[in-house]
Order: sequence, then C-alpha cells, then structure tokens
Amino acid sequence: MPANKFNNFTDYGIGVGLRVPHYAHILDKKPVVDWFEIISENFMVDGGRPLKVLDQILEQYRVVQHGVSMYFGNADPLNKEHLKKLKRLVKRTNTPWLSDHLCWGSVDGSYSHDLLPMPYTMAVAKHTAEKVRQAQDFLEVPICVENVSSYAEFHQSKMTEWEFLSEVVERADCGMLLDVNNIYVSSQNHEFDPFEYVRNVPHHRIGQIHVAGHTRYPTHLLDTHDHPVPDPVWDLYAETIKLGGHTATLLEWDDRIPSFDEVHAEALKANRFLHEHAPVSA
Amino acid sequence: MSTPLCPPSIDSVEDLRQLQRLMGVAMYRPLVNDDEELAPEWTDGRPMAEMVGEFIRPNDRLTSEERLAIYSRSYWFRILDCLYDDFPGLRSVLGAKKFHAFARAYLASCPSSSWTLRNLGNRILPFIDQHPEWTAPRTAIARDIAHFEWAQVLAFDEARNEPLHGDDLLGSNPDELRLGLQPYLVFLEVNYAVDDYFMAVRNRDSGMRAEASNTLDHAPVRAAVRRLALPKKQKLWLAVHRCDTDVYFKRITREAFLLFTALQRGQTVSAALEIALQQADPGEDWAKLVKEWFENAATLGWFCARREP
Ligand SMILES: [Fe+2]
Repeated sequence: MPANKFNNFTDYGIGVGLRVPHYAHILDKKPVVDWFEIISENFMVDGGRPLKVLDQILEQYRVVQHGVSMYFGNADPLNKEHLKKLKRLVKRTNTPWLSDHLCWGSVDGSYSHDLLPMPYTMAVAKHTAEKVRQAQDFLEVPICVENVSSYAEFHQSKMTEWEFLSEVVERADCGMLLDVNNIYVSSQNHEFDPFEYVRNVPHHRIGQIHVAGHTRYPTHLLDTHDHPVPDPVWDLYAETIKLGGHTATLLEWDDRIPSFDEVHAEALKANRFLHEHAPVSA
Repeated sequence: MSTPLCPPSIDSVEDLRQLQRLMGVAMYRPLVNDDEELAPEWTDGRPMAEMVGEFIRPNDRLTSEERLAIYSRSYWFRILDCLYDDFPGLRSVLGAKKFHAFARAYLASCPSSSWTLRNLGNRILPFIDQHPEWTAPRTAIARDIAHFEWAQVLAFDEARNEPLHGDDLLGSNPDELRLGLQPYLVFLEVNYAVDDYFMAVRNRDSGMRAEASNTLDHAPVRAAVRRLALPKKQKLWLAVHRCDTDVYFKRITREAFLLFTALQRGQTVSAALEIALQQADPGEDWAKLVKEWFENAATLGWFCARREP
C-alpha cells in the first residue's frame, strides 16, 4: 500500500546516490542496494562512458532520476532542448518518478549551476507551478519538487517557504521531495522552526525524502553533503515519516566521499526510524 | 548597460526576471580579496551594499552582501573548479597564478551559457585569440594545448553513430561517395607537441569534478606541482577519438589530416584525396598509404553514414 497518493513506491526503501568514485566497486561487487539515485544531467549526454556505466547499473538496479538544472523558478521558460534530452533519459532509465528543485538557476541565458532561492510571493508560486505542470506533461512521469538549502532571503517575500512550497505543489498537482537536511540548514540560517515546516506541508504529496550532512560556520550552515547525517536532521526525518508515512529515502554524499560501504551504512540508519515511526502495513 | 532597480514587490514574471537579473549581476561579478568578498562596487560604480540591500534581507549575523557572497563564492569556485579539471595542461603551461587570472577573465567574459558544465570551455579558443594578454608570452602554446584539451572534452561523450565497415565501402564510386565521420572525432593541427606534454601532466596530476547538487565552500585546491618542461615546437596533426569509453589521441600525417577534414566538410572521397595529396611528395607510395588510412579508420569505427545538415 502506498503511504500516500504521491507515494506509489513504498517498496522503494533506502537508496544511495550513484557517484563516480563508487562506480568500480558497484559494478564489481554488486552490493545489495534498494535503488540508486542518479543526477540526470550526468547522463544527458550523447555517448561515451556515462551511458555505458548507466546501462550496466540498469541491468542490476532500480534507478531514480534527480535533476539539478530544470530551474522551475526561472523567470525564463523551460529549455525545450533540455527537456527533450531529459525525456530520452527517462525512457532509458524507466524512472518511476523524477525530482528537481524549487529554485532558479539562470537568467537571460547565463547559468549559475546553483540552486538559487526564490522570492516567496503568490505570482511567483503560480508561475513556478505552471512550469512544473508543463514539465510533468511533457515528460509523462510524476515530478517531485525538492526544497533547497538557502543562505539568503528576499525583502520581497510575502510568505514562508513552506507556504510557498505548498502553494506550488498544490497548484502543479505534483509530489514533493522533502530534503530534511535542507529544511534544517535553512531553519538555522533564517531562524524558523523546522518542525513547523514539516508539519505544514501537504503530507500526502511527500514522494521522497533526502537526508544529508552539512557544515556549520559561525554565521551560517552550509549544505555541503560531506558529512554523516547529524542528529537534528534524523529527528526531523523521524517527524516527517510519522506524518507522511513510509517514504523512499535517499542519503546524499557529494564531497569528501568515503567508501561505498560507509555511505550505504549511513543511509541504512534510516531503517531504524522507518521501522519505529512508519512501519509498512501488511 | 543600464541596470534595472529591483521591484519593491514581485507580482509578475517581469518582476521576477528583474530580481533574477540583479542577483545574477551581483553573483557573476568577479570576487575580490582572494576570491572571498563581493566587489565593493556594482557594474556602474554604485555601492554594492546599496544595490544588494534592495533585495537581500540581512540578519543578525550577516549583512546583505555577505549573504549574497556565499552564492557568489559557490558560483566562482564551481566554475573555476570545472576549468581546472578540463584544462590541466593549460594550467600547467601558464602556471597556477596566471591560469587563475586567465580563468577568471575568461569566465567573466564568457559566463556559462549551457545547463551543463561540460560546455564551459566551449569559447576558450576564441577568447585566447581575442585576449592574448592573458596568456602572453605563451599564447601560441596555450592555444594549442587548450585546443587539444577541448577536443578531449568532445571526444569523451559526443555521440557515436553506427559505424560503416570496410565492406560497406566496397564498390562505391569515390567520385560520388561522401562519408560521415563520428561526431566524437576531432582532428587538429598544432605547432607544439601537446600530446607528449599532456601525458606528462596527466602522469603528474589527477582530479575529479564535483557534483552540482551541493554548495562548494572551498576554492579549487591543487597541491603545488612540479614544473614540467614546456612542449617542444613541432608541427603535428592529431586525431582525438574514443575507443569503447576511453579517449585516445594519435598522431597522423599531414595528408591524412587533410583527407579526413575534407571528408568531414562533406567532400567526396575523390575530392578529399585530391586536396590531401595536392602537395604530397611524389616519392611516396600514396596508394598504399591511403589504403592503410582507410583500413585503420574503418577498423576504429571512424566512418559512419553521412547525415546531411
Ligand atoms: Fe537534496
């Protein structure tokens, strides 16, 4: 049984992000992993090694696509060429859903390659939701929109981040990828209660969860994905699955990457919380 | 260029665009103080603090500019890191300090115009040609090595079409036959032995690109490196290609270079041979050599059906 309407993949347990330093280990040792999350952009190429590795992974594992450059929040329209390449990849991987971020990243054709924060207003929510809808219609696969870590807020914002996220996903009728590390990082940077955030989003739309580690600086937290998941993030994770039910969960580790076994062991810690707070009903 | 002021409230897509433009201008401006801080002035000389203060809210720990600087640093570190990875030989030719200044100038002049960092170096050759001051006095070497390294970026993941085999070519009329060459295949003519130099650099260094889904908190750091002798001056013709998934390069003769590049341009086999052998030494057995080139190229899968543009 799916835990919620946007979570038809309750049997997707705990996944790990597929990263270059682990390719050889995975292809050679074939460790048991529920699923791999791939960064779509790394495989949106016309040939060569990336696609060969991907095809080998696909022979053994389920893969879910996670994107970093659709930029639903750009004032500019969606990039058609990008979408076409993405759709080609969707057909290749058979991803059951795909995710990308609630952010902007380029303007007038200049790309930041970053996940930049949105001003939270109703007009922006409408515009963003419309683009999510367009992408979802074109790609013909459910989209989960992910909240990002942020280090700046705009004077022009008129609602909270969770109100904005809720507005976008309701209007787009899409799922959410709740990144609880990002919620925690932003809550520290912008002084809000992270539990208030997770309690006030539409739980029936949570299709996936990200956990990760971050770095603490004297003036702010930075979303570096280079540490184990700290306790406050696990606490938030526990609260999220209590509210949203058993959800596909993924650990992100992108920098100073340890061995595959170490990353996988860290991800599997989520099992303890899932058993305790969101057991799968028979 | 007149810079728009930030709308006081964001009630339309146009307002949103204005805000994003403003933030882009601030973020894409090269950092100062060892790449730590935003430049003190906006592009038109107005105080940066005043401009950024129009849209970024400060908190009790960080000013508006300090908050924006977190994004600007991440932007610059990420794209610099990418150029470090894609052009290790160029960096070695210029030296760390000069390469950094070159990379900053290149990226400020040619900001990324693609959703993928893979294309970040796509304007590096025209930039070197138009701004020799950043590579002088080694501009000629810099150009050759950059050309060679960009060719490898292309060879790594450009498409591979179904190859034609030797048998497919038999019986075709060379006066009419036009052959396609694999999209991943790049031919170049250089004045320095950049292939030997590149191998020496590669033996010395190694590196990997970071993913784009997290925030970078550090500038690209590479250990101090042993200096290598510069590439020696030598006219060379190179083919940069791919076998299975690995990028390779090989030296070819001037005549083979002329032949393959003529075929790439869409010349018939006869016309390409005529171009290739125009100034060839009549003492050589060209019929034998040409046969070898074709056989080698077919074995490597270089030929494919020609797609009309
Ligand atoms: Fe995430």
